[in-house]
Amino acid sequence: MAQIDRIAEPWGTRTPYGSGDEWPVRVDTHLAEGLAPEDVDAWVQTASLLHSNGDAMDIAVKDNRIVGVRGRAEDRVNHGRLGPKDLYGWQANGSADRLTRPLIREGGKLVETDWDTAMQRVVDRSKALLAEQGPSALGFYTTGQLFAEEYYTLGTIAHGGIGTNHVDGNTRLCTATAAEALKESFGCDGQPGSYTDVDHADVIALYGHNVAETQSVLWTRMLDRLAGPNPPKIICVDPRPTPVAKAATLHLAPRPGTNVALMNAILHDIIANGWIDREYVRAHTVGFSDLEKEVRKYPPALAAEICGVPAEQIQEAARIIGHAERLLTTVLQGFYQSNQATAAAVQVNNINIIRGMLGKPGCGILQMNGQPTAENTRECGADGDLAAFRNWSNDAHVKDLARVWNIDPMSIPHYSPPTHVMQMMRYAEDGSIRMLWVSGTNPAVSLPELARVRGILKQERLFLVVQDIFLSETAQLADVVLPAATWGEKTGTFTNADRTVHLSEKAVDPPGEARPDLDIFVDYAHRMGLKDKDGQPLIKWHDPESAFEAWKECSRGRPCDYTGITYSKLRGGSGVQWPCNDENPDGTERIYADGKFWAHPEYCETYGRDLITGAPVDPSEYKALNPEGKAIIKAAEYVPPHELPSRDFPLQLITGRTLYQFHTRTKTGRAPELQAAAPDVWVELSADDAGTYGIAEGDLAEVETPRGSVRARVRVSGIRPGVLFLPFHYGYWDTEAGHEPDGAGRAANELTITDWDAASKQPIFKTAAARITWVAGGEGPSPAPTTTASAPVGDFPQEARTKGIASALSDEAGSTEGGMR
Amino acid sequence: MKFGLVLKELHRSENDLAHHLLVISEQHKVDHEIYHLARDLARWSQQHVRDIAAIAGSYGEDLDPEPRGEAGLMETLREKGSEMVGRRPETGMLLLRDLRELYLRACGVSADWELLAQAAQGKKDQDLLGLAEKCHPQTIRQMKWANGKLKESATQVLVS
Repeated sequence: MAQIDRIAEPWGTRTPYGSGDEWPVRVDTHLAEGLAPEDVDAWVQTASLLHSNGDAMDIAVKDNRIVGVRGRAEDRVNHGRLGPKDLYGWQANGSADRLTRPLIREGGKLVETDWDTAMQRVVDRSKALLAEQGPSALGFYTTGQLFAEEYYTLGTIAHGGIGTNHVDGNTRLCTATAAEALKESFGCDGQPGSYTDVDHADVIALYGHNVAETQSVLWTRMLDRLAGPNPPKIICVDPRPTPVAKAATLHLAPRPGTNVALMNAILHDIIANGWIDREYVRAHTVGFSDLEKEVRKYPPALAAEICGVPAEQIQEAARIIGHAERLLTTVLQGFYQSNQATAAAVQVNNINIIRGMLGKPGCGILQMNGQPTAENTRECGADGDLAAFRNWSNDAHVKDLARVWNIDPMSIPHYSPPTHVMQMMRYAEDGSIRMLWVSGTNPAVSLPELARVRGILKQERLFLVVQDIFLSETAQLADVVLPAATWGEKTGTFTNADRTVHLSEKAVDPPGEARPDLDIFVDYAHRMGLKDKDGQPLIKWHDPESAFEAWKECSRGRPCDYTGITYSKLRGGSGVQWPCNDENPDGTERIYADGKFWAHPEYCETYGRDLITGAPVDPSEYKALNPEGKAIIKAAEYVPPHELPSRDFPLQLITGRTLYQFHTRTKTGRAPELQAAAPDVWVELSADDAGTYGIAEGDLAEVETPRGSVRARVRVSGIRPGVLFLPFHYGYWDTEAGHEPDGAGRAANELTITDWDAASKQPIFKTAAARITWVAGGEGPSPAPTTTASAPVGDFPQEARTKGIASALSDEAGSTEGGMR
Repeated sequence: MKFGLVLKELHRSENDLAHHLLVISEQHKVDHEIYHLARDLARWSQQHVRDIAAIAGSYGEDLDPEPRGEAGLMETLREKGSEMVGRRPETGMLLLRDLRELYLRACGVSADWELLAQAAQGKKDQDLLGLAEKCHPQTIRQMKWANGKLKESATQVLVS
């Protein structure tokens, strides 16, 4: 067992392996200071709730307190490894400022109350609004961090009980485009690839996916391949010099907002050179001729002008991809949160489709998720879609869901697409949504154009319910605050980005009167008197396992079939990949294995949308185009971003994340090792621009867009010239003002534009026009981490490089100690 | 041979559609998807105007290649007005009215393209047929967008 500072070395020690070999085990452990493994009372099984990778781990419990974590060696996802957020993030559970009692607003102030009073207030308002206006007055906005059982319950309440179309999750901000791109290409959500594709791939292409920071253990797997025999070639598309870019065979750094032009040019060369599997295209796809025709307009020389990337690099990328034998493709926020999100992500799918590289070892697509349980938000209908990937524009699907819930099909709103969160905010703004129930998310920091968002949430006429574990910026604006239990304090399941389902068991009691989200939703349903058509309670389950059994029945026969999974099957051993049913009792590693898709008109989740206008495709049109349910190749023209640099705002602003923080830092900001590693906001700019504007490392600068301003210390980095980067994690809960700026802004979303992708409805966080001005000299380097994409360029003091505080030392153990390097 | 007349009518109706899209964009700035998409889709019609003008000379018509100008000062005034009324429920009804009008206009343009395509086929005129094949699909997408937005917006506006 070796000790290692996992803040300074986020990916730990290499355990190299070769193509087709098993990834070696390395068990990572971190316990509270002074504790040894033998001091622990119990180890309780779970997986990580601080990113989408699904790292399986056990929680160490002593005296009814969480005292540490240890990776699960036997799990398929991480083979024992944990990332920095896994190792240190658990400490947030024990924070002294957890919410422990319900709060209600009295005389303008939030005061403590009991559950009966708080719930009655929510129920009274719900009933009054239903009587006065109907279901259109109520909206539910949830998260990517609850459990499947909770989402399914919430979706059933909203769609089947209240009958509102206004249901969404904050997965809209992180993973809506992943879902939409899969729906467009394959007729249905569902991750084609598997993490084991990393073990076999000879080329891994990462598009806007800084995996080293967002899913650090998946990057560890890639690093171990790179350190072993016959390593894969890596292609990285990212405007920042991420750890992926530095390890890449080829790094393309396009101008923000131009991804479609770049992808079309890569496709142009792949098709022009005939690096395609014509037999696969003929047998298993529709739409190839449209793509061929469209990308002909994008020779690399033209795209080079649009994207600001040398044509030779585009040609080289096409050549490497075109010669790949086992191509693994991954995508994340650099595409999802940018201009033309869905159109760009679909072109990535097109590459694997036309090369026939799906459903075989090493050949896969990972349209990644941002959050740990985002997949469940999508499956269970908490993102507004109908449960278990049912198609809202297919009457037979609606009828079938009504059968599962034992209600009248007319009770399920399906007259138009579900209302996404940005539209819900608009309805709250125009006064037609009058109650908004926010669970487990923090829109007052995470949505674009915060001054507007605060203005909407603060309205007297909007009844705001917030269910959370801390008094977040959003909770401070609420009329009722419901204290929730979280990971480690409740039981449930969740599913990672490669369809692996894990069980997360209760390890300790929640603090004070805090209750599991499931209990809160079930309580609401009963107090509301929600009934099925026989007058029985709509919600027929009462605890996590009975909720899971209900969800399984709902998923029966659908792509995300959970019917073969039980809690006892998930206990011990490894997580299981869906679909898991009678035909696939051990789960399914790769879907789409033999060119078979879930795209048949009677079975598919959606008929798709126009990638540019977002208009839903008519069912009859889909049936004519794709009667046999093949993969759908969709082409798209490049459309420039809606906000382009100007004389007043000559730069482009992109926002993003760092390895050491998660979302709005409600948990990671309360873990000392993580908070110390990335303690405050910074802004990255290139050395070129630093020279132009007379700004140096560590100086205080002001970043402005037409919507607001943020002050941050400057990191001079290797970012693409003309581009600024701000991390979006830093709000106001740990400042004097509490929920809004007091003077200078700190949250990146003060600056972002209210605009979203027309197909996925995902907001655009990575294409705003901005300017930067020097404010004051600095006394040292900026607080940005030096281990990651925010690494400094030029001379930099050694003592200011990122390293852990004393308690950051963690344990690492190989399966065979001698095999470790 | 009435090709000139058909082209002249298309030139007028595309100009009109582009202008209407821009006006809707300005009037509904608080509905951000309407604002941004209407501007993107106006550019399609503006390009159609240029394409029609480029070919019209061969059919004896002298048509202005420049699309009708954007509204300038009026744009700013309408945007401000839009922001001020954005929190009032009446804006929803105005939106439905404007989307309905837009849908009908786009249908009209689509019908004009059909007339042109039919004539071009009758005369075996590849140039005109090529023009219709290039532009008409975009008109249909404009139509479907307006129709989709209308459906999507109607329920909330009408039941609330």
